[in-house]
Amino acid sequence: MKKIILSVGIAVIIAGLGAGWVVAKKQPPQEKVTIVGSTALQPLTEAVVGKYPNSNHTSITVQGGGSGTGLSQVQAGAVDIGASDIFAEQQDGITAANLKDHIVAVSGIVPVVNKRLGVDNLTMNQLRQIFTGQVTNWREVGGPNLPITVINRANGSGTRVAFEQTVLKPGTHSVNAQEQDSNGTVKEIVKNTPGAISYISSAYLNRDVQPVKLDGVRLSTANITTNKWPLWSYEHLYTKKRPRLATQNFINFMQSKKVQNSLVEDANYVNIHDMKVERTADGQVSERK
Amino acid sequence: MMDKLKKQLLGPSAESKQELLGKLVSYIAIIVIGGLVGTILVFLTIKGVALFNNDHFSLWQFLSGVNWQPSHHLYGALPMIAASFGVTVLAGMVALPLALVVALALTEMLSKKINQFCQPLIELLVGIPSVVYGYIGLTVVVPNLRQLFGGTGFGLLAAACVLFLMILPTMTSMTIDSLRAVPKQYRMASTGLGATRWQTIIRVIIPSARSDIFTAMVFGMSRAFGEALAVQMVVGNTTIMPKGLMDSAATLTSVITTGIGNTVMGTPSNNALWSLALILLIMSLAFNLLIRVVSRKGAR
Repeated sequence: MKKIILSVGIAVIIAGLGAGWVVAKKQPPQEKVTIVGSTALQPLTEAVVGKYPNSNHTSITVQGGGSGTGLSQVQAGAVDIGASDIFAEQQDGITAANLKDHIVAVSGIVPVVNKRLGVDNLTMNQLRQIFTGQVTNWREVGGPNLPITVINRANGSGTRVAFEQTVLKPGTHSVNAQEQDSNGTVKEIVKNTPGAISYISSAYLNRDVQPVKLDGVRLSTANITTNKWPLWSYEHLYTKKRPRLATQNFINFMQSKKVQNSLVEDANYVNIHDMKVERTADGQVSERK
Repeated sequence: MMDKLKKQLLGPSAESKQELLGKLVSYIAIIVIGGLVGTILVFLTIKGVALFNNDHFSLWQFLSGVNWQPSHHLYGALPMIAASFGVTVLAGMVALPLALVVALALTEMLSKKINQFCQPLIELLVGIPSVVYGYIGLTVVVPNLRQLFGGTGFGLLAAACVLFLMILPTMTSMTIDSLRAVPKQYRMASTGLGATRWQTIIRVIIPSARSDIFTAMVFGMSRAFGEALAVQMVVGNTTIMPKGLMDSAATLTSVITTGIGNTVMGTPSNNALWSLALILLIMSLAFNLLIRVVSRKGAR
């Protein structure tokens, strides 16, 4: 009796699998696009995927892992898109010539200090001296007599690479300071530590910390688009030189005016169509044609 | 007729076939596990020595250098090795006496009812995921240290506190088991000779459970040494030689977890992380060997 039940059960399972396979064969093939990389960009990409109109023909998977992982995976051909906060040229071990860069957003970076410090303006030179360790007390840059606690982002993080490219002079080392993994942790530490200074992606700025003006210029979208506020970076999606159609379609959708005006701006990034300047991988800024 | 009987008597029986099958399954399992361990060892070793073989970075500079700046191709791992040992030893030193006292109280002094309530509780603590301990460290330990000592609160002391909380349940429950394993006759004989409870504990119970207690300590410390997430959340991640307990530092594991996503496979900075992982592996092998040696001594 038991054996009969068992064999009937197995037969039903096999028949079910077979039927499912036949049905699946008949349906139009679903394209798969995998995006791996930057954790900072991940929420925005996921939001865009959620609004993607072609979602019945293309299934898109978004994963984190970090910019370095994204770039190396797309270079190896393991994924379709590598999301990165930095240019492929800035990453060790990546042959940028084999990849195609698609810029999908612009992100501002803002130096932040503890609220009770009473400092809200620094010159670029002072900022450089603080982050190279030449200045170690707030007194020297017009603040109270308090030691400066520098909080850095992790080595190789996109925000740090962009920050140091603009702030530090070539060949200088940043001071060896505490390093934190994420914008959220950095903000939490700066909020609670007197004398702390760090920098965060502008999408994460809120009332907990004091944003610093640079040479009297305030962080704003308008100032980023004209490079009057020099601390900003691109968010990239890298593909192979000739991406598949499904991949290219998704990137086109993310770069479209509609998405840029709604989702990208809602996430506190700067619309790529608003930018009046452009920047190359080695940091040269020029008027946008 | 005769043939059938002959076959039945001389051929393998169903039971012996069962034996054979069992043997086969267990051999396969052993080969699979051994193969996995071997693969991990070989893979880590190949990856770990790439920094020295392919990128020609000197091993001595790696082990004794104090500058860790992957962007400038400086890979001195000494600060991380020192910090890893520092937090481990610190946590172990505080946790061991406490674990021993709690275990003694539970097995030798307190009533059975309290014991029945406390032991499952401790075993429950053993299973709490490390990220929870890290979160407790971030929200409770770090702000309190900041209030007490100033600075950011992140650092060696915060990491040691979190690790202490993490390994205490493990060490306690292992120590309880080791004390339980001391035969009842020892206690009775000691009491029969007129020894007080204190004398029995100090002279009889601890010496006879000594090697198991030591194993518990090494086991707890090896767990602390390899812990990544909880430590990374509170240690501050500064790759410089820590000079005081409140200085932030970076351990081997925390550098690996923060760095691995930002580097590309095959580059020197990535290989350097693998070399750190190799050091971790060698250290945990050393810890395991130590446990082996200690428990063998105890058995003699």
